[in-house]
Amino acid sequence: MCLAIPIRVEAVMQDQMARVTLGGVSKLVSIALVEDVRVGDYVLLHVGYALTRLDPDEAERTLTLMHEAAVPGLPVLKEIFA
Amino acid sequence: MKYIDEYRDGDLARSIAARIASEAIASRHYKFMEFCGGHTHAISRYGIADLLPSNVEMVHGPGCPVCVLPIGRIDDAIRLAMRPGVTLCTYADLMRVPASGGANLLKAKAAGADIRMIYSSMDAVLIAEAEPARHVVFFAIGFETTTPSTALSIGLARRKQLTNFSVFCNHVLTPVAIRAILGTANLPNGKNILVDGFIGPAHVSTVIGTAPYVELAAEFTKPVVVAGFEPLDVVQAILILIRQVNEGRSDVENQYIRAVTAEGNLIAQRAIAEIFELRDMFEWRGLGDLPASALRLRAAYAQFDAEQRFEIITAPAADNPACECGDVLRGLKKPAECKLFGTVCSPETPMGSCMVSPEGACAAHWTYGRFRDKAKAGAIRAAA
Amino acid sequence: MTSPRLRTRKLDIRSGLIDLSHGAGGRASSQLIDEIFRAAFDNPFLDQGNDQAAFDVPAGRMAMSTDSYVIWPLFFPGGDIGSLAVHGTINDLAMAGARPLHLAASYILEEGFPLADLQRIAVSMGRAASAAGVAIVTGDTKVVERGKADGVFITTTGIGIVPAGLDLSGNRARPGDHVILSGSIGDHGVAVMSTRSSMGFETEILSDSAALHGLVAEMVEAAGPSLRLLRDPTRGGLAATLNEIAQQSRCGFLIDESKIPVRPDVVAACELLGLDPLNVANEGKLVAVIDPSATDALLAVMRAHPLGRQASFIGKVTDDDQYFVQMTTSFGGGRIVDWLAGEQLPRIC
Repeated sequence: MCLAIPIRVEAVMQDQMARVTLGGVSKLVSIALVEDVRVGDYVLLHVGYALTRLDPDEAERTLTLMHEAAVPGLPVLKEIFA
Repeated sequence: MKYIDEYRDGDLARSIAARIASEAIASRHYKFMEFCGGHTHAISRYGIADLLPSNVEMVHGPGCPVCVLPIGRIDDAIRLAMRPGVTLCTYADLMRVPASGGANLLKAKAAGADIRMIYSSMDAVLIAEAEPARHVVFFAIGFETTTPSTALSIGLARRKQLTNFSVFCNHVLTPVAIRAILGTANLPNGKNILVDGFIGPAHVSTVIGTAPYVELAAEFTKPVVVAGFEPLDVVQAILILIRQVNEGRSDVENQYIRAVTAEGNLIAQRAIAEIFELRDMFEWRGLGDLPASALRLRAAYAQFDAEQRFEIITAPAADNPACECGDVLRGLKKPAECKLFGTVCSPETPMGSCMVSPEGACAAHWTYGRFRDKAKAGAIRAAA
Repeated sequence: MTSPRLRTRKLDIRSGLIDLSHGAGGRASSQLIDEIFRAAFDNPFLDQGNDQAAFDVPAGRMAMSTDSYVIWPLFFPGGDIGSLAVHGTINDLAMAGARPLHLAASYILEEGFPLADLQRIAVSMGRAASAAGVAIVTGDTKVVERGKADGVFITTTGIGIVPAGLDLSGNRARPGDHVILSGSIGDHGVAVMSTRSSMGFETEILSDSAALHGLVAEMVEAAGPSLRLLRDPTRGGLAATLNEIAQQSRCGFLIDESKIPVRPDVVAACELLGLDPLNVANEGKLVAVIDPSATDALLAVMRAHPLGRQASFIGKVTDDDQYFVQMTTSFGGGRIVDWLAGEQLPRIC
């Protein structure tokens, strides 16, 4: 139920709606809850409404933090079907 | 898929898990609760438990709006749907939730009630506009993630000057529920759970921000880490929690910085405040009556309030006495410890809400994780 | 002097509708069968105009299968109820290793159904059958009042011949056997869902509806004795199929999520809808459980065939008294793959 997914804004339409696309699948959704949406922005989509814009810098920073936390040099998971 | 795939990197997850294993103090047992049903689902679906060391345990919390909806409210919805001229619009998740007497919305539909499964509250407004001869009631549930969309759909109905649309409101609040879990005073039988910290909800927090958790963390001295929904987010959040516990801290930390801010989404908060107000009291399945924990429509929007238009007075209905959803929702029992789990209660024949919602602890365990019980059962058999 | 011949007007296919007379067995019924079905299926059996078809049968073991099709909507990207009805029954025969011989098709038509749509469906069936080298040799039509059917329901029955010595059955999987999947999963279900306006999404995904008997014939030729069973994962998806086999063979499975092909747009659509591709219907894919020694040969043969390009070795049969289908997730953790409870996607086949 709390399902919300990051999705790209392809076009901003009238009445606070936008066309968004994920992997070639597109949908018409409401952007009434997010200010100043531009084409190319990524928003979080939940039950037909965009909840917030995703911040690309913060996304990058999260990945950096994850890599820093990682223990380096672990062997890659072996193929389970040798 | 951008912002999704990179947070599902299995190799990176195993590396962070190795870090968790090295930083978790061997002599200590860590117990963390993920509040949100979406996190429960992610943990089960990706098998995150297998990546954690044995002294780090995840406990599933009640953050599943389907699971905490009391039976009496579903009875109300079924009665509404059976009224001639009424069309009940609902999220698909609610169709098989057990109500009184073995009834549910799916069976009511089979018996002739006009019940329509929709993806968005906006769809309900559009149906009302397209079918003026029907009165369309939207069965609204959800934590703060979903409440803004209901608010906007009511605003849309008002702008369209619809007289045949109303909302049966069951929106509930997250910080109150967390407080109820943490505080012994409110729990019906005085039990408490000892969790060391919380994984805070992802998308509720995009709306309410991280500020509401600060008071909770301080008062109960438990850390809260708001985490994204992807499995790497969850693993990273667990690492942050372990560090906090090791350092004796109880701060609110935001792991989901790409989507959550301290103050949250002010437009969404204003939309909620415009349409809704606090109820004095609301019953939560499994948690009992909680004050100031749920919302209803303001007087100015009475025409869109199904409870007023249809004079609904909810009769409390008790759960099956053998059902242990209450204890499971509060993290006191694991699904496999409920007597009904896997014998009488399964997703095909759910006895309680924990099994029927895909995000419920029992459904998640059944669908993804019950093969681990087998190993334990085998040990018990061998020992007997 | 002979009596004048009654001149009958041709069916008005462009704007005509099915009415109750088309199901009454009289002249109108006969005209419908003649101008729509016989014209589209075009074979000597139907030309005889009998209520049945009689033919010689080759020696050997016969396979027979029947299926009803109630899919909604009737027309979807990559197919329609007609082509689906042909492919689906041919595939059920093919899963026994059988070479399909003939098909029968019966129709329940709703009063008011447009003749243009019926012709479109009939033409599609004729083409699908002809491409598969199989004829629709007999059939039936009935008409019910408006509201008692949803446009059209189709039932197809097929017979085929199983090559000597081949014994494919759901109870033949043994621990250690390998599992091969012929290609990407989820295409059909997502394509059909995208056409349902209540779902509200657009995509270019096509149903994978296809007749698999050609692929199966190649597999049988390459490694017949090594095949334990074949099954096509339709309703309920790959999850249902593996669980069915586990129950029948009293075994378990261990599969590797990273080896299961899924198209990126199907992944995206499933994300949007909160579905797992493992539970989504397919209409042009098969699962094969085989002796491990044949894996390489079979993969080579399948990948050389247009319907098996993405064939993949996805897992093994295990010894499990609880018949669990276990999966290693792409994340590295473990989970089981269970049947999905309830009907998430109604009228998908």
